[in-house]
Amino acid sequence: MTITVLNQGGKTALTGCAASSCGSSADALAQLPEALRAKINNHPCFSEDAHHHYARMHVAVAPACNIQCHYCNRKYDCSNESRPGVVSEVLTPDQAVKKTLAVAAAIPQMTVLGIAGPGDPLANPARTFATFRQLTAKAPDIKLCVSTNGLALPEVIDELCQHNIEHVTITINCVDPDIGAQIYPWIFWNHRRIKGRKAAEILIAQQQKGLELLVARGILVKVNSVLIPGINDEHLKEVSRIVKAKGAFLHNVMPLISEPEHGTFYGLTGQRGPTSAELQTLQDACAGDMRMMRHCRQCRADAVGMLGEDRGQEFTLDKIEQLDVDYAAAMVQRAQVHAAIEAKRAAPAPITPTAPLVTLNPQFRTSRPVLMAVASGGGGLVNQHFGEANEFLIYEASNRGVRLVGARTAGRYCHGPAQCDDSSAQRFAKILRVLAGCEVVLCAKIGYEPWQQLEAAGIIPNSEHALESIETAVAAVYQELSASGRFSVDSVATQRRSA
Amino acid sequence: MALTIIDACVNCWACEPLCPQQAIHAAKPHFYIEPTQCSECVGDFADPQCASICPVEGAIVDAAGVPLNPPGSLTGITPERMTALQLKRHAPTPLHVIE
Repeated sequence: MTITVLNQGGKTALTGCAASSCGSSADALAQLPEALRAKINNHPCFSEDAHHHYARMHVAVAPACNIQCHYCNRKYDCSNESRPGVVSEVLTPDQAVKKTLAVAAAIPQMTVLGIAGPGDPLANPARTFATFRQLTAKAPDIKLCVSTNGLALPEVIDELCQHNIEHVTITINCVDPDIGAQIYPWIFWNHRRIKGRKAAEILIAQQQKGLELLVARGILVKVNSVLIPGINDEHLKEVSRIVKAKGAFLHNVMPLISEPEHGTFYGLTGQRGPTSAELQTLQDACAGDMRMMRHCRQCRADAVGMLGEDRGQEFTLDKIEQLDVDYAAAMVQRAQVHAAIEAKRAAPAPITPTAPLVTLNPQFRTSRPVLMAVASGGGGLVNQHFGEANEFLIYEASNRGVRLVGARTAGRYCHGPAQCDDSSAQRFAKILRVLAGCEVVLCAKIGYEPWQQLEAAGIIPNSEHALESIETAVAAVYQELSASGRFSVDSVATQRRSA
Repeated sequence: MALTIIDACVNCWACEPLCPQQAIHAAKPHFYIEPTQCSECVGDFADPQCASICPVEGAIVDAAGVPLNPPGSLTGITPERMTALQLKRHAPTPLHVIE
């Protein structure tokens, strides 16, 4: 008996999310050529399935930046915020190597070391490459990865390719300089500051050239785009088509973060970010042409751990300074842990005896698509207590199957106690906003009070599938509630009040 | 003849590697230009490099205290509009009436 999991076997061509093109999930993985599969199999940012099992870290060795984006204000230092471009301390290459080895020994499922800022890694070539050089020699079992705005990419490509690098991310927000001029006020180019359309023109040309050069060398390229409503939203569909045509592997459309208190240009001028629904609609529109990343957490430039968690505080400089890591021993243990993870991934998922979604009962054909939020602590399982969940994976269930459409965080902008002394009512209101549009919450356990609060808000709590595989559980709940008529096309009774 | 980094500096490091005289150092509370070493890039580049990459208006000034990137020159937000935007930001949010 099988559960239809979208992205599987290419059997259901969806509008917006053709099964074969949404390919970072487990089953689409199986369809990729062996060499490609090996490259992404344990990279949590390039493979949706890998992110349930493997961790990543960023080291903040690259503070300088050669361009200005309207969503960044270059004030890096904050321990309480979680968003790209923010770090607690800038590291020297030696400190970064020491930290990487310490984390790799303590968190053996950490497979990828990325340099993502807080500025642009390639605008700090000496610091970035010194880090890569040492790690290539000392930790050959760690994949190295870099994320760049692309301006300096063509000129450093030869040096970049000398290291143990198979993955590069380029942030490409536009391919039209008129749109670019509304996102990038200036760039630093050939020892001068260049402003306006001309700046965007140069940046776009360098990004596209860099993408072509990387693809020609067999490096997997992920393209990140920031969705800025009213500026590049429609345009990103064209970006997606073009980068796919040039050979990019994966496209990650991320929501603009523009809280006024961050003091960015967009924050100050009131440029809003997209709603979850707008983001999903655009991702679906792009997905007709391109593999889309749906599990990005927009992490800090010094994040450590599984996507969605940040254990950076365990590895601050003062804590790693005294450590003396025996990396040879760590590598043996890491290999064992990786083998165990792979054995677990290879084992067939325990599937509860439920009938296939599509064929079971004609009445499901009239059920509409439904969003469900899942509290998961990793491993691809429904295994987290509702009260402990700071983020939820959002799945869409429909009569075509189950697919991940995003991850939402309740505390994305702040994890610090100083700003986060919310009362439980405030906290719950925040969670409700995060759950906007979701009709079911799956978790391992949930207290009586939040259960009642969720129900009052029109959301169905469900803890009956604790420790089951997420996709199986979502499919089972969808079937059960469809059978009761809850999701029939005519029923809009479940639309809950907006938080 | 020397440029100076003042309090507005956000310690982003962008200027440090560009200085042809290696006159810029990480310091507290912010980056520092050693005045005896600074040449304002004369003879090396057409524009002073630190001021050409600095993302913060007003953070680098010349010997007369005049900012090389005056207010509005990088963001395109004039000082008057910036003041208005900041006032707006700090204004109390009106209460929403819930029906």
